[in-house]
Amino acid sequence: MTLLSPPRARSLAVRARVGVFALLGVLVAVLFRAQVLRSSDWLLRSQSNRLKTLTVPAPRGVIRDRVGRVLADNVPGYSVSIVPDRPDSMISTLRRMREHLEIDDARLEELSARARSGPPRPLLVSVDAPFDAVAALEERRSIFPRLLIESRPKRRYPAGEVGAHTIGYVGEINEAEVEAREHEGAEPGWIVGRSGVEAQYEATLQGKPGTRYVEVNAEGRIVGPFAGVRSVTEEPGTDIRLSLDLTLMEWIHHIFPDGMNGSVVALDVETGGVLALYSAPAFDPNVFAGVVDPAEWNRLVRDPESPLYHRAVMGKYPPGSPWKLATAAIALELGVVTPTERMPVSCRGSYDFGNRTYRCWKEEGHGSLTLAAAIQHSCNVYFYQLGVQIGLKRLLEVGTRMGFGARCGIDLPQETGGNFPEGFGYWERRYGYEPREGEALNLAIGQGPNDQTPLKMAQFLVAIARDGSAPAPLLYLTPNGAANGADWGLDISREHLEHIREGMRRVTRQGGTAYRSSLEHFDLLGKTGTAQSGGDRPNHAWFTGMAGPYGAAPEIVVVALVEFGGSGSEVAAPLVAKTADFYLRGVHGIPRDTIQTLGEHEIAGRGTAWARRAER
Amino acid sequence: MRTLFGPLWQQPLVTTMVALSVLGVGMIYSAGVLEVSSSVTQGLWMRQAVFLGVSIVGLLIVSRIPLRWFQWAALPAYVLGVGVLGVTLFAGTGVGTAEGISSFLSVGGFRFQPAEAAKITTALALAALLAKREEPPTYLRDILTPAALVGLPLVLVLLQPDLGTALAFVGIFFAVIFWAGTPWPLILFAASPGLGLILAFSLRVWAIYIVLLAVGLYLYRFRLYLVESVSVVLTNVAAGAIAQPLWNSLAGYQRNRLLVFLDPELDPRNAGWQLIQSKVAVGSGGLFGKGFTMGTQKRLAFLPEQHTDFIFSVVGEEFGFVGTSVFLILFGYLFFRMIGMAETAGHSFAGLFIFGILGIWLTHVFINVGMTVGVVPVTGIPLPFISYGGSFLLMSWLAAGAVVAVATDES
Repeated sequence: MTLLSPPRARSLAVRARVGVFALLGVLVAVLFRAQVLRSSDWLLRSQSNRLKTLTVPAPRGVIRDRVGRVLADNVPGYSVSIVPDRPDSMISTLRRMREHLEIDDARLEELSARARSGPPRPLLVSVDAPFDAVAALEERRSIFPRLLIESRPKRRYPAGEVGAHTIGYVGEINEAEVEAREHEGAEPGWIVGRSGVEAQYEATLQGKPGTRYVEVNAEGRIVGPFAGVRSVTEEPGTDIRLSLDLTLMEWIHHIFPDGMNGSVVALDVETGGVLALYSAPAFDPNVFAGVVDPAEWNRLVRDPESPLYHRAVMGKYPPGSPWKLATAAIALELGVVTPTERMPVSCRGSYDFGNRTYRCWKEEGHGSLTLAAAIQHSCNVYFYQLGVQIGLKRLLEVGTRMGFGARCGIDLPQETGGNFPEGFGYWERRYGYEPREGEALNLAIGQGPNDQTPLKMAQFLVAIARDGSAPAPLLYLTPNGAANGADWGLDISREHLEHIREGMRRVTRQGGTAYRSSLEHFDLLGKTGTAQSGGDRPNHAWFTGMAGPYGAAPEIVVVALVEFGGSGSEVAAPLVAKTADFYLRGVHGIPRDTIQTLGEHEIAGRGTAWARRAER
Repeated sequence: MRTLFGPLWQQPLVTTMVALSVLGVGMIYSAGVLEVSSSVTQGLWMRQAVFLGVSIVGLLIVSRIPLRWFQWAALPAYVLGVGVLGVTLFAGTGVGTAEGISSFLSVGGFRFQPAEAAKITTALALAALLAKREEPPTYLRDILTPAALVGLPLVLVLLQPDLGTALAFVGIFFAVIFWAGTPWPLILFAASPGLGLILAFSLRVWAIYIVLLAVGLYLYRFRLYLVESVSVVLTNVAAGAIAQPLWNSLAGYQRNRLLVFLDPELDPRNAGWQLIQSKVAVGSGGLFGKGFTMGTQKRLAFLPEQHTDFIFSVVGEEFGFVGTSVFLILFGYLFFRMIGMAETAGHSFAGLFIFGILGIWLTHVFINVGMTVGVVPVTGIPLPFISYGGSFLLMSWLAAGAVVAVATDES
């Protein structure tokens, strides 16, 4: 009894063999394709699989001040990351790590989200883990097998708040920036300059990260160096030296009125280099060196006093009386007036123009004045007439050429230009009408549509202190200390400039508004200003000054602005005087003293005979 | 006349199996040589070697059982096998990566997979059923009972859910009805609902397929009852209709495996990982491989399940195309020998049973090797004689013992 006859069985067996042969043949063919034809692709894949490229961060260049004091350097730090794995186990590792490493709830949420959705690349938990946390995690390697702990340099700002705005800070590069390739060869985890000099000179400071090739297992643990591939050594970033004087900035930080906001700018007259750029209130840039705590960041951003705001280069204030110096310079350049000439109408406390009466600040009037006296007394009536004689059109033209509507060109990313009408179009755009000639009167005394940064006012003062030309103020100190090329110049004779300076000199002489800020060893020249801040709050206090040894050219320009500080002569002038004195004593080898101005000498009961001697 | 070893060792079937099993122990040893400290895979080769010894003894015993005993035992064994599968559904546990699958049964600290035994008992029962026939099946209704016989354990395994093992039952069914002399159009019609199920994912393809099927049925109309033709069409339509609900009822990981088969990079971290890593390992082996125990992907633990389901990836990486070819030639020789034994067997039951076992092994080899190179979706099915696993090795050898027993029984 058989189901199949022998011939039938034979024919079925043949078919069965053909079937088996075909099935196994398919497998052999597929294996031949994968292992022989495509083998080199897969071999490459297998190497890249176990080849891990470790990026060795290059230390950023050190930033130093003009004498070599460190403004920003690096200290060893540790980063902790988790090698890619299933999202669940990465998150569970994160949770277990909290026992040793501080990760707050918000950060945990953020990292968990990144583990779930992000591409399979190492999850950077902390770029700045404290040493004891790193040690604790390293000890528990067996519980945390997929942890990657790398040493990486961490930025440090020894001066803290002093110069924070100018030096800037660093931060971890974000995904968008990596995608956008703003920084050459950037990878996630890179530290880049975020603000100030750190951002401005990013390319110089960054350096080239090194690469090490290691063999890793599926868990991501490093087994050893990858044979046959050479490592690339990292190249540290280039150090840079700034023209800033850290000691001077520390002094300014010390003397700046407590609880007040504002700015102090000090420029070197000879080179235009920036000696000090100070903005209050400040912040500690060291908080940005590691992972930025979102709460701390929000606190800084939402603070109504705006501590992150660099008032010296971003703050725009009505220039007020110090701008009368600009009016004088423009008038002299255009030749509409000579220094000894008196105005047609002498000051009786007001001036009529058109159908309006323009007031002087001194009701009883100043009488008939020359240019220097008008500067000394800050007589509005004199400058109203100067404005009329210049004419609105020319005032706008020359003012614009002097850069009052533009940036100074300082090497800082934050700088913004001032507001200054470039022509009549300004009024038409803003208000829809042609300006009346009377606008010239307001502009001539520093009012009207005109807002300037403290830095711009300082740059203008440099031109007055020199030969009428002013270079762009630079932070970067060129190796040979050469002066920067002049950016713009006034066409004024040295003699006429001396008349402007004489007016400024009288401000600190007996009878001048800043007499009490005069200095024993140095000749302080300046112009006070009390600019209306708008609203009910006190006025902004200005003092724009320059100083040098008696009988010699000014060596330093200092501009101070104290927001809502009230009187320029009482608040801003001493700040400028003390800043200039501190710096010049250092330069001229005179012992520094905390009692500097005439006012301080009087209060301290020290001799003031030098003040009368300086009158000559 | 049989002696204890003599004729048995002259069986090329057995020597091939010994060769494959010894190579398997070697590969399991290699799978344990890692750069990563792992308590799981080290030393497993020794357990496998012990099981191989036990298995050979099992073969010696089983190969002496007369054919009649198998025939008698076929139905009770089948019922027992199905019963245990039913129990497994409720009392079963998962193991290793198949944590969520209830495919293992623990009895007195010993864990085994009832499905392994059920495959053999099903092959026995199917062979016994068809051996009673005087002539080959000619109508669809002739293979209805055999289909139900295989369908019952298949569904139970599918409910575990273990797709890979379920496919082995499909292999048994087609291999046995083939050897029963079933005409090939009938086999195609029997297979058509499965084809319809797969093709239903594209409505246009499915429509073309149904038209072709109807034409086929029309051409074959004189050999079928009308009711059979109609029911073939109806089951195909039904298969097409349930395709979408069935897809929705699949577990997430199962759906992922199928999708990843189409595009491994879809989920390179989870489901695609195994497939990608396996392809990398096999492909990077090249012509001659990286040498025994030297596979870098394996050593660095990139390979998943390298001692069980993906052991062939280790073969591919360490011995290259030459090695994989040798393994497949050995399997091919094994299968050719079985076909030869079926051809010359004295009893219909012997040939049918041998083809049942051939169906199991061929399915395992094709699916297992196919998934390591990505031509078949990852279904978690071991490679006979090579993959680590005591109960599977033992069952394979016992099945081979039965094959030898029925083939050499001349009574």
